[in-house]
Amino acid sequence: MQSKIITAENLVAGYPGNIVWRDASFDIDRGEFVAIIGPNGAGKTTLFRLLLGLLQPISGTIKIFDTQPKRGNPLIGYVPQRHLIDSEMNVESLELVRLGFSGKQWGFSISKKDRKAGLAALEAVGSLELAHRGLNALSGGELQRIFLAEALVSNPELLLLDEPLSNLDMRREKDLLQLVNNVVRSRNVTALLIAHNINPLLPFLDKVLYIVNGKVATGKPKDVLTSERLTDLYGVPVEVLRDSRGKFAIIGIEDYHGDQI
Amino acid sequence: MTFSFNLLADLQQMFQYQFMAHAFEAGTVVAIIAGIIGYFVVMRRSSFAAHALSHIGFAGAAGAVLLGISPVYGLLLFTSVGGSMMAALGPRAAHRDVQIGTVLAFMLGLGVLFISLYTGYATEAYSILFGEILGISSSDVLLTLAAGLIILAVVAVVYRPLLFASLDEDVAEAKGMPTFFLGIIFMLLVAIATSFAVQVVGVLLIFSLMVTPAAIAQQLAKRPTRAIIISVIIALIATWLGLFISFYEPYPVSFFITSIVFIFYIFVRFVYRRIKPLKVYQANSQEIETDR
Repeated sequence: MQSKIITAENLVAGYPGNIVWRDASFDIDRGEFVAIIGPNGAGKTTLFRLLLGLLQPISGTIKIFDTQPKRGNPLIGYVPQRHLIDSEMNVESLELVRLGFSGKQWGFSISKKDRKAGLAALEAVGSLELAHRGLNALSGGELQRIFLAEALVSNPELLLLDEPLSNLDMRREKDLLQLVNNVVRSRNVTALLIAHNINPLLPFLDKVLYIVNGKVATGKPKDVLTSERLTDLYGVPVEVLRDSRGKFAIIGIEDYHGDQI
Repeated sequence: MTFSFNLLADLQQMFQYQFMAHAFEAGTVVAIIAGIIGYFVVMRRSSFAAHALSHIGFAGAAGAVLLGISPVYGLLLFTSVGGSMMAALGPRAAHRDVQIGTVLAFMLGLGVLFISLYTGYATEAYSILFGEILGISSSDVLLTLAAGLIILAVVAVVYRPLLFASLDEDVAEAKGMPTFFLGIIFMLLVAIATSFAVQVVGVLLIFSLMVTPAAIAQQLAKRPTRAIIISVIIALIATWLGLFISFYEPYPVSFFITSIVFIFYIFVRFVYRRIKPLKVYQANSQEIETDR
């Protein structure tokens, strides 16, 4: 089994008349947990759209599992960025997860295969007790777990998670990341996760892919996460600190008012 | 006619009149299809689009009357074209309230023009706007039945993909599902269901059969199949009971149907929800136990 899951060469992405980023060459290995960071509008979701086959590259090549991306690749599990589920959406969680498994099949299903798979996926994300709760009754963290189960139910080898951490408090953030990390390690799944705040991700990451000013670069977290590169990345002063245990913390200096008091 | 407490005798007496028999037959078919399609309308949050579609249909119905053909053909033509266009304009089009409202008003105005050009102004307009189930002919009943069967067959085929695309469009699209095509199929289903539901409650009251029963059902059941069954049952009860009462009372059937649906809605929205939560919780924990 080849170890490179995604390879991009001189990739240019965007929409007609609007290039979002260019000259991207990178690769991602099987079983890596990768964070995608960059300012708003830098083209993080655009990368996902390319990988999902929803958007064609303007030029260059991108290969995923050694072939061109195509829509409906069963090896990909996708969790799009979502706004809150409509408060009227009184549909039980299990139903959504089941559709992740069998939603593509025409006609009614008589077999209970999708039900079994759905329950197994919910168990895998530690949310079996939410199976019969309505989506409208779930908290943000619970919803993200359901969405993850929906993506996992078809046993994908690559997970694309678009800002699953937005709207979560620190505790839920950590729980969800721990969960994704467990999935990545135990199933040897590759995960790409778009995030704004990289701090909670740092303990888990194998690689950081950052997109800024029309450029894409990858690296090990410790190489990428330096004050100089991040300042360059966001265009505002950023400082990378290390605590006594060698853990990173990243702060925007603009936000840090401690010295002014 | 007087109401007796012998229901069987009442119904026998009622069905001696052919117009009542026809009304019950067509009403039953319409309630079933409206209840089913309504669930998807609510799920996709397209209730305003469905409402607008019936107004677009009004222009078609009025045009058909002007040309001397059955309003149903005008309804079918206008709602199908209008519905496909709404779907084709993009998946988010159904939520563009202002644009839809603008087209809606224009179409209603066009309908008024057609009706005024036609000499039988008042009665025709009235029956299209508010329904005229008691005047339905046996060929209309057959046509309604045919449409109902087509809708059932199509829904049976597209059920799961349509449900998936309605619940989670982005993931469905990424999974390679034909969401665009499903959107058009869905709007065509709404178009056909609307065209026939107009016979029962009319263009202006279509919400009461196409949306409200499904919205009530959605509060009561979390599983789509159950919710659809409940939605159909509510639509059926309202239609049957409405027809039944109207046999004895000299008021419009559509008034009774809309009122019964509204009473259901009020009850579920304000009474049922207050007494329910505890029971739901208990039932859920039991279900989880049995799953393990």
